[in-house]
Amino acid sequence: MRKMRMNQAVATALADEMRDNPDVVMFGEDIAVAEGPFKTSAGLLKEFGSSRVRDTPISEMGFLGAAVGAASTGLRPVVEIMFIEFIGVALDQLVTEAAKFHYLSRGTVSVPLTVRGSIGAGLGFGCQHSQTLESWMYSTPGVKLAVASGAHNAYGLLRAAIRDDNPVVFLEPRALYAKREPVQRGEEGIIPLGQAATVREGSDVTVVALGAMVPTALQAVEATSWSAEVIDLQTLVPYDKGALLESVAKTGRLVTVEENPLTGGWGGEITAFVAGELFADLEAPPVRITCPDIHVPYGKELEQRYLPGPDYVSAQIGSLLDTGTRPPHWWESQEVMA
Amino acid sequence: MSGANASLDRRLHLKSSRPARYEAMFEIRAFEDRVQAMFFEGLVHGTTHTCQGQEAVSVGIAAAARPTDKVTCTYRGHGHALALGMPPLTVLAEIMGRRIGSVGGLGGSMHLCDMSVGLLPTFAIVGAGIPVAAGAAVTAQVKGTDGAAIAIFGDGAANIGAFHEGLNLAAIWKLPAVFICENNQYGEYSAIHLTTPVENIADRAASYGMPGEVVDGQDVDTVEAAVAGALARARAGEGPSLLEMKTYRYAGHSRADTAPYRPEGEFDRWYERDPINTYRRRLIDDGDLTEEEAGRIEARVTARIAEAEAEASAADQATVEDMFTNIHAP
Repeated sequence: MRKMRMNQAVATALADEMRDNPDVVMFGEDIAVAEGPFKTSAGLLKEFGSSRVRDTPISEMGFLGAAVGAASTGLRPVVEIMFIEFIGVALDQLVTEAAKFHYLSRGTVSVPLTVRGSIGAGLGFGCQHSQTLESWMYSTPGVKLAVASGAHNAYGLLRAAIRDDNPVVFLEPRALYAKREPVQRGEEGIIPLGQAATVREGSDVTVVALGAMVPTALQAVEATSWSAEVIDLQTLVPYDKGALLESVAKTGRLVTVEENPLTGGWGGEITAFVAGELFADLEAPPVRITCPDIHVPYGKELEQRYLPGPDYVSAQIGSLLDTGTRPPHWWESQEVMA
Repeated sequence: MSGANASLDRRLHLKSSRPARYEAMFEIRAFEDRVQAMFFEGLVHGTTHTCQGQEAVSVGIAAAARPTDKVTCTYRGHGHALALGMPPLTVLAEIMGRRIGSVGGLGGSMHLCDMSVGLLPTFAIVGAGIPVAAGAAVTAQVKGTDGAAIAIFGDGAANIGAFHEGLNLAAIWKLPAVFICENNQYGEYSAIHLTTPVENIADRAASYGMPGEVVDGQDVDTVEAAVAGALARARAGEGPSLLEMKTYRYAGHSRADTAPYRPEGEFDRWYERDPINTYRRRLIDDGDLTEEEAGRIEARVTARIAEAEAEASAADQATVEDMFTNIHAP
């Protein structure tokens, strides 16, 4: 398996799908001539031409809407939302149009649309370019949602997203674009939507993470006195209920690690589901490790403070295992805020 | 007879037959009058947006377009759906929430769809269909067919961002699209001059480097000719056009609106140029229709609407099981 950066894995997945299927087209700002601000479409214009790889005006509602129309009539478009916040001006087309067309056509129209967006904090882009925003989309029936946590599943999940006959939001943590890891290419590298990956086996606690929090969680549970099972959710809608239940039934403890504000984050849904199913098996309250309910701050130190880091995640899990009670969030502590 | 065949059969004769255009317009009027009454009588719940007065726009577009062209239109869509070919039963049953409706009774008045005649799910969000039509035109362009896409939207949509973004994108990509603004003088409850600083929305085409044309939306043959011209241009690879159909909405915005804001005499002035009455007179004057033939058409349509109502009323409502279907494509 060749090692690739995550942005190369994205470009490779796009190229492989475009080679396989002439209906796959791409729209986005600066994706063709400039090959994407994060180089996620390197080489695509040259290989596939300007009919299939289209630079757009700065006009998300226009080109996302056009992608909905193209997807409804026979193409399989992939749209790039440069920073996921930019979907705010186009959200209608995703959640009110694309999500409902299959239903509102009695199944005669499908919308095989992939909406890629870069997400996340850590690179100093400020609070309007650093959110993850899964919570804006995960409660819309009709839309699927997957999040990459590295080059390997960026390739595999993106190819599955493009092949899916539904609108799929595919989120790519910007902080991981430059990270290299081995990537399984080809059909065998495709990762079906709806499957979680157990990226580390363990027996004391189940740690569920998504996107950039997967490498954070893995780092957090290394070299500890306890044994953590780490699950990369990979797909948030629909999420892998079976994998969660199987793991928590074994460990008796659930921790979610989320790069999003506490309120409305996906961990609340996961926690409610698992606790509802396995209440009697739980040996401790489920714990959510999240960002505070504030905007992403700009300065490097504050931004790292905002994000759950490996040391913090490790300390929270350790405290849960020691005390059997929910440790306070860091911002709930008097000393920190003083 | 399958729904798809029924829609196509109803559609095709509009191209050349003027009496067929008359019948289609008369059908829309009769249908809308009955729908409005049914809502007032409490036979249907929810809301509806009827299009009496605008029939020539719907029928003119349907006469010019091919069933393989793709159309996006608004929640004021019963007339377009009927003109494009959907049978009154399918549309009325949908409005009444019946399983035999075009969306299985799960959509309602604002949500019609029939891909056998190119009608994408109709849009209940103002302007949303404009960029979607541009995208349907991208499909034709990428696949190299001579298909085209038509976006039908109201004057209110000319002030929402989707209008600007959709037309701009269509222009720079030279898409085979025709943007048709049905200017019925009111955006919801507000007169056009209160919301729009230009007299003609068609003038906005200049911003996108595309032709813009004001069309008499009360004359079905004029509408057909204008749309046919724009479609020919689109199919020839010359890019999109903006057509503004000047027309008038006889009813209020929706079921609850009796339009008390309408200035005195305005309705009467427009009604003098009623698209159905004037076309009837013209066809008789031109010898394309006799008084007796017109009477037979009207009786036939009236019976068809009554039959549709009887059949839809007797049909099953959508079920609990139905509402869990088609959330995701398999």
